[in-house]
Order: sequence, then structure tokens, then C-alpha cells
Amino acid sequence: MQLIQLVIDGIASGCIYGLVALGFVLIYKATETINFAQGDILMLGAFVAYSLIGILGMDYLTGFALTVLIIAVFGFFVDAVVVRQIIGQPAFATVMLTIGLGFIFRGFASIYWGTDIFSFSTPFSGKITEFNGLIISYVNLSIIVGTAILMSALYFFFTFSKIGVAMRASSENQLAAYYMGIPVKFIFSLIWSISAGVAAVAGILLAPITLVDTSISLIGLKAFAAAVLGGFGSIPGAIVGGIIIGIVEQLCGTYENYLFEGVREISAYLVLILTLIIYPRGLFSDKAEVKKV
Amino acid sequence: MRFIFKTKYSQDINIAKHNGDRFWYSLLILVMVALPLVLDDFYLGEISYICILSIAGIGLMILSGYTGLASLGHAAFLGVGAYTHAFLLTNGIPFYASIPIVIIVSFLVGAVIGIPILRLTGMYLAIATLALGFIAEHVFIKWEHFTGGNRGLPVPQPEFLGMSFYDSVFFYYVCLVFLIAAMFAAINILRSPTGRAFVAIRDSEIAAQSLGVNLGLYKALSFAISGAFTGLAGALLAHYIGYLAPDIFNIFLSLTLLLLIVVGGMGSLHGTVFGAIFVGFLPQLIAICRDYLPSSIGSQPGLEPMLFGLILVFFILYEPLGIYGRWMKIKLFFELFPTYKRQTFKKQKVFTKSDRV
Repeated sequence: MQLIQLVIDGIASGCIYGLVALGFVLIYKATETINFAQGDILMLGAFVAYSLIGILGMDYLTGFALTVLIIAVFGFFVDAVVVRQIIGQPAFATVMLTIGLGFIFRGFASIYWGTDIFSFSTPFSGKITEFNGLIISYVNLSIIVGTAILMSALYFFFTFSKIGVAMRASSENQLAAYYMGIPVKFIFSLIWSISAGVAAVAGILLAPITLVDTSISLIGLKAFAAAVLGGFGSIPGAIVGGIIIGIVEQLCGTYENYLFEGVREISAYLVLILTLIIYPRGLFSDKAEVKKV
Repeated sequence: MRFIFKTKYSQDINIAKHNGDRFWYSLLILVMVALPLVLDDFYLGEISYICILSIAGIGLMILSGYTGLASLGHAAFLGVGAYTHAFLLTNGIPFYASIPIVIIVSFLVGAVIGIPILRLTGMYLAIATLALGFIAEHVFIKWEHFTGGNRGLPVPQPEFLGMSFYDSVFFYYVCLVFLIAAMFAAINILRSPTGRAFVAIRDSEIAAQSLGVNLGLYKALSFAISGAFTGLAGALLAHYIGYLAPDIFNIFLSLTLLLLIVVGGMGSLHGTVFGAIFVGFLPQLIAICRDYLPSSIGSQPGLEPMLFGLILVFFILYEPLGIYGRWMKIKLFFELFPTYKRQTFKKQKVFTKSDRV
């Protein structure tokens, strides 16, 4: 029973990793760049939600929707103004650029909102439900349900909408997509905006658990483990990878005595390294195989 | 404009290309040696720190700038060097014996880390090294027998050649000698077949492989050499700091090293020194910025990461060759005057290169 309880808690935190990893995967699939600032965008989402809901006193759902919209527009312009300029340069340049952007976002947040820890009230805070002796908090439930809704929305968007199909086409083959009349640059910026929006959702859902401060941007680094485990090119892979990382982290935390001290904090990174060494393709990789030497 | 008339093949690999080089670099070394006559202890300390940063920068430059492998966890090597050195000194091993052991240990650590992850390229390598950096920081905290954990580890300051490391003039000379030695070692590695192989791997792995470069071996070697240089810098850093705590060797230090090589100029050893000077004086620069900004912004702790990010983004976007690249442009402008063309350094338009098979 304790095991199932741990797994449920793990799934909830894993969904957050999965959502952030989803942001990496969307951008990677389309532009083959990795956005190291994803965690910082998540942090911005949480802070904007705090401003709208906590300070301006908006209704939770309105604040939620408005935050996602603001961050999505922000993501669009991050690509259109900055990141687009270095397309085609070595991977190193993009890595450094997005790390730099992440620092700017974090610095901005701590200047504008300060370094205190904030929280805002959500309809889920402090409520729990019991089911066959399992205790599930509403916050965890909201994360799991929110992730499920978002995933199905994205699935339908990519399968049935015209823009979604255009996005898939652009990530398959940029030049061919361009010849078919798809505005590839615009589509890429749009993908950045979706990815930022997903990060914002993760940030808002996470806010009741970790509270809002600048250190939550570190989630982005653990989400790398989720993305790599899932195969870095696969959307379901990102979520499954995230959930596995979440569960592993919970289990490592509880059974720390049997392993070694402090294993919980680095379990995600250990999984990441092991995946890269043993099975760098990841669980769900489609065709995007990692180049081997 | 100076034309070098080559009559021997060996001229191509000379360290100094012409007499002008010989003159200016000798003058530079003389000035550096004479500095303690002019400067007081504070500035000597700063310059010693810059020398240490330069050595670490050489390490990362060989890996990232010359072999093209990104490392986001290089502070781990600094930590390995620093802790090994402090541990050896504590156990009574003299300074002159400790330094070679530190270099060998960091070399081996680099090789051990390099071998499993050298199958990775580009972003995957960046992510893996980032994770390794975190794991290393954690090991420094938890391995208390060796590192003292969160309590920290005092670094003994032994006598060396009858002088004490507390003497800032002596410490300055130690750092300077190691920097010059490291610089010579790096120049010689880079003009040897090994260094040429590194550059070939950076420019095109497939081409390098076709010419018979053993990718796995040379990537691991690059990691190991880079680790050795950075470990040496770590040992000196241990003396500079005086008291080691695990949180010194965090991700921010790794990123500072990356900032150093990006600002200095990727793919040039001059760049490591320029970058080290820049990074060394960054705190002063930030302090100056604080004075000019309105106090509501200037007094914020968030200003530092923000400026850090802004500088990084600015250099990546507008001066990818760094300070050294800018210096080359200015030099060429005067050499070619009045026929200098901006287009000489223009970035070529490129399409996204795909890593996908």
C-alpha cells in the first residue's frame, strides 16, 4: 500500500517533469535546438500567475488562462527576436544563448518580484481525498488531470488542425515545408510559444507544492532526464520519461537507507547519465537516433 | 601589412611567427615579472586570480574551443583538483609533489568521465556534463572523509622554496609561472598531431574519421587533457580561497568558465587570457553598474545573473569570436588600411544542419 501511495505521489511530480520535458521535445523536434531556459520560463509562469491571482486577485481559472497566454506570447517573441538569429550555427552557440536567456529571466524575476517565497491560493490547496486507504491530495490530482487534458489537447491539435500538421511537416523537413508554402519561421516561433505555454501550465500547477521563488527554475534541469529517457524526439516519451523520473525520485527518497545517503537529489541525474551511457536512444525514440561515433 | 616569406616547412609550426611576436611577448613577460614593483597586494591578488582563471580557461578552451565538445560541468574538475591538493597537503605531502599528483588525478578523472560519454555529441554531451557537474557537487558534499562535507576543508599553506603562500608577491609569481607553463604546454599540444586531430574533430567529425583520426580516443584524450589543466587551476584556486566548501564548485562556476571562453573568443588561447581578465573584473564592473543604476534596481541581488546573461547573449549574437575576434578585426583594419572590408569577417548564411540520420 505504501508503495502505491509513493507511486501516485511520484506520478504527480513526474507529470511536471514530463510537461517541462515536453517543452524541450517540441522545440527540439522542430528546430533541433534545446532550450536550456525552459525551467526559467516555467518560473516566469509561476510568478506571472502569482501576480495575477495573488496580487490582482483574479479568479483562479481566469488567471490561469491569462498567464498561459502571456507566457505563450512571450515565448513567441523570444524566438522571433533572439533565438532565430543563430539558426544554423553550431549547437554550442544555441546552448550558450539559451543559458544566457535563462539567466536574464531569472535575474529579471528576482529584480521585479524579489527573492522572497510567495504563494497564492488555489481551489485545490489543502484538500485531500481518500480512496481505498490511499490519500490523494487535490493538488496532485490537479496536476495529473491537467497533464492529461493538455496532452489530449496537444494530440488533437497536432493530428487534426491545419497549423498542427504544418508544424509536423516543418519539423520533418524544413525545406520541403517551405516549398509547400508553409511559413516555416512563423511556425517555429509558434512552436516556441506552445512550448512556453506548456511550461507556464507546469509552473502554475506546481506552484501550490513548491511555492513560488526563483529556485524552481532548477526543475528544468531534472526535466532533461525525463526528455532523454523518453527519447528526446517523442511527445509521449517525454511524459512517460517524466513519470518514471518522478517515481524513481520518490522511491529513492523513501528507501534512502538501503541505497546511499542523499541519493534522492541526484537520482534524476543518475538516471540521465545511465540512459545516455546504456541506451542513448531513449525509450520512445522514433527515427531521431543519437549519432554514434 | 607584414608578409612572412617562408623558406622552411618548420616555419609553419614555429611558436613565434616573426620577430614582432618575439619582441612583444618577451616584453609582456617582462612587464608581468616587474608588476609587483608597481602594484600593491590587492591588485596582485586579483591578477593571481586572473592567472588561475586563465589556466582553467585553457583547459575548457582545449575541450570546447578546439575539440568542439561542450562541457557545462567543468567546475567539477576545479573541485577535483582543489580537494585532491588540499587532501594531499593535509597529509603532509609537499607542494612540489602534490601538484604533479593533482595533474595526474585530474587527467585520469577526465579520462574516466570522457570514455563513457564520448559517444554523445552536441546537446546530449552538454546535458550529460551538466548532470555530471551536479553529481560531482553532491559527491563533494557527501564524501565527508575526503572533503569535509558542508563543514568545509581548510587548505594548508605550506612553505615552498622557503617562502609562504600567504605572501601575495610569492603567490603571484607561482601563479604566473604556472600560467606561462600551461600556456606553453597548450601551444605545444595544439601544434602537435594530437592538437591538429582535435581541431579536425571540431570542424568535421566525418572528415576527421576519414583521415584516420580515432574519434573515441581523441575525444577521451581531449577530456583528460582539459581535466588536467583545470585540475591544476583548481589546486592553485585552493590556495587562493584558503577554505574549500562544496558550494564553490557549483553550476554557476561552470557557467562562468564558459562565459570566460565565449567572451574571450572561442578557439584561441589569447581568448582565455582576455576572457579571464574580463571575468576577473566582472564583479567590479557590476559594482560600477550598481552605482549608475537607480538604487531600486542597483541594490538587487538579481542584477548579477541578469548582467551575466546579457553579456553572454550579446557576445553570442554580435561577436561570436569574442574579444580576441574583435582585436583581430581592429588589427586587420589598420594593417589593410584603407582597403579593409567588413565582409572579411561576415558570417556566412547557413541552413540548419541536421543531426538526424
